[in-house]
Amino acid sequence: MSADPKVFLMGEEVGEYQGAYKISKGLLEKYGPERVLDTPITEAGFSGIGVGAAYYGLRPVVEFMTFNFSMQAIDHIINSAAKSNYMSAGQISVPIVFRGPNGAAAGVGAQHSQCYASWYASCPGLKVLSPYSSEDARGLLKAAIRDPDPVVFLENELLYGESFPVSAEVLDSSFCLPIGKAKIEREGKDVTITAFSKMVGYALKAADTLAKEGISAEVINLRSIRPLDRSTINASVRKTNRLVTVEEGFPQHGVGAEICTSVIEESFGYLDAPVERIAGADVPMPYAANLERMAVPQVEDIIRAAKRACHRSVPVAAAA
Amino acid sequence: MSFTATKFAHPPPLPLTSTTPRSNDKPLSFSFDHSKPTNPSSSSSCSFFLASTRKLPRFNSLTKPHAQRRASSPPAAAVLLEQTTNLLITKEEGLELYKDMILGRAFEDKCAEMYYRGKMFGFVHLYNGQEAVSTGFIKLLKKEDYVVSTYRDHVHALSKGVPSRAVMSELFGKATGCCRGQGGSMHMFSKEHNLLGGFAFIGEGIPVATGAAFSSKYRREVLNQEGADQVTLAFFGDGTCNNGQFFECLNMAALWKLPIVFVVENNLWAIGMSHLRATSDPQIWKKGPAFGMPGVHVDGMDVLKVREVAKEAIQRARRGEGPTLVECETYRFRGHSLADPDELRDPAEKEHYAGRDPISALKKYILENNLATEQELKAIEKKIDEVLEDAVEFADKSPLPPRSQLLENVFADPKGFGIGPDGKYRCEDPKFTEGTAHV
Repeated sequence: MSADPKVFLMGEEVGEYQGAYKISKGLLEKYGPERVLDTPITEAGFSGIGVGAAYYGLRPVVEFMTFNFSMQAIDHIINSAAKSNYMSAGQISVPIVFRGPNGAAAGVGAQHSQCYASWYASCPGLKVLSPYSSEDARGLLKAAIRDPDPVVFLENELLYGESFPVSAEVLDSSFCLPIGKAKIEREGKDVTITAFSKMVGYALKAADTLAKEGISAEVINLRSIRPLDRSTINASVRKTNRLVTVEEGFPQHGVGAEICTSVIEESFGYLDAPVERIAGADVPMPYAANLERMAVPQVEDIIRAAKRACHRSVPVAAAA
Repeated sequence: MSFTATKFAHPPPLPLTSTTPRSNDKPLSFSFDHSKPTNPSSSSSCSFFLASTRKLPRFNSLTKPHAQRRASSPPAAAVLLEQTTNLLITKEEGLELYKDMILGRAFEDKCAEMYYRGKMFGFVHLYNGQEAVSTGFIKLLKKEDYVVSTYRDHVHALSKGVPSRAVMSELFGKATGCCRGQGGSMHMFSKEHNLLGGFAFIGEGIPVATGAAFSSKYRREVLNQEGADQVTLAFFGDGTCNNGQFFECLNMAALWKLPIVFVVENNLWAIGMSHLRATSDPQIWKKGPAFGMPGVHVDGMDVLKVREVAKEAIQRARRGEGPTLVECETYRFRGHSLADPDELRDPAEKEHYAGRDPISALKKYILENNLATEQELKAIEKKIDEVLEDAVEFADKSPLPPRSQLLENVFADPKGFGIGPDGKYRCEDPKFTEGTAHV
């Protein structure tokens, strides 16, 4: 925002309330109400206004209090933002960022707890990013704002409360990350685990446990869901010969399904075991805490799947 | 479809207190003759209702100054009601209202206690302060009538007759909850009580409610079902009134004369967004006439006034004369949810409304008019305490939903679909619905 006066933030409670999750803390004070706009509760309205502003040269950052609410604005994200550049034969680009927390939260029931990665990633014209660490968040958000296309930026409510070590390089004002590049968070040789957002943390935990049992897991933080870094994934699978995909979203037509297809198309001959896909249960999110825990992937699910892929014995009825 | 004074045969409401000046000490703003333009400047007193403007100057560069409109009170009534000394309620009615409001308040206080003890989780939005609206409206309904609520739905459920045990258990995430623990705080449903749900997104419930009203009309007029005269109440807040779904449904409800009452619980704040900072014309009731339906402003801290307005609006809907928009000026005594630090609301504003507690006001009315004794009211409070102790104990002792329940109810189709516990696609699993609750 300090580098480009065309960048502004709009959304519900981003200003005086300092963000529903305090993400925009201090921005109102620093940039004033002209650039940090509190809107009424009108997702369709303010998303459309954001898209319109982007058509004419501004760079809006539109915050959804959670991505669940983006469904009320999905027409603008897909029809107005994602398709305009194509429909206008490149005359109208839409440099806009839609950002906010995504994915399973805790105890808030079915309507407030859902992952939209595969929804938006299936749509041509959109770029979909999902940061895991502070480094990701800083580097990818800057890239998203500078990008000339509409970017859906999927943060995670439960990660807002987590801290990550950051290097001096990350803190440098010129730091930025490329869109479309995954990061190998941990190198390994026996099995590849792909994950994004909160699931990266789970995958790393699973890898720690697996290491104690002699399995060396390579953890890939996807960072970018669309474009998907197929080459990094395939290179890793060609090395480890085994793949476990992890996501919080629903299994059918999910991110894991797309990764699986990519690996089967490009590296089928390298696979030593069927691809294991870990996803959320195929149900709307239940409220009761015990059911909720069963409905989202846990570290032990990843461990079991990785062992299965490595032909180690695992108990039956392990999925879901 | 005019709503004339003669149809208001009921004695007019009495002010519950007469000492403190309140915005609602003006006559009720019935503007049923929407052919006449109303003049917002006809009343110039700056009421507390519209007083939260302390931060408005920040916006001067982007928004036009609306000071004139903001400073105006709801306009003078098109129909002035003279006060009489007739009592508004019988003893039985008074005690029923009091009991329901105490239940609503005590239930929510219990929720806060249980939330901090870790018995319930997620977002929990409490209703404290707004009881006059739920009680004033819902207690006039028949069982067949529909209620559509928001994320702040516990008390609407209780007023509609869902037992405290079922609501509390749902909040505890137990199998005995009204949705077996699958819904949670923001998603209370009860088919038995025609509670069509708590909807967690802003504006989402309004089309659903309008659809319920449509179904009543359809049953009556197309399917010729005698007695299909259900009325639907759609509850929502001030923040929702800036959402497109609100306007779309006002239009269709009026166009098709649907039996619905749109009840705005204007508590002045959408989380931390002041109504005045979010709304170009803060007098929500005025949007009724714009769509061809009556718009009414009522003091939502006064259950008797709410009840008067509700009675006419519900009867109007039942008579087939179409929808009404009712704006209830109310206030929530707690933050938006239990996770809200509630830093933006002016303490003076909070104090002002705390002084207008709807329960104390009803109590005063009952006692002053000798409708009941202090002992009778105390007995009700004690009874409610027992009901809630029982509800908490019941919820606490109830079993968690079993693992098998996770994959149930995804489809109504008894064959079942989706991915089963074995990770395989199961579309013909005969055991799929085993144990499914019959709701």
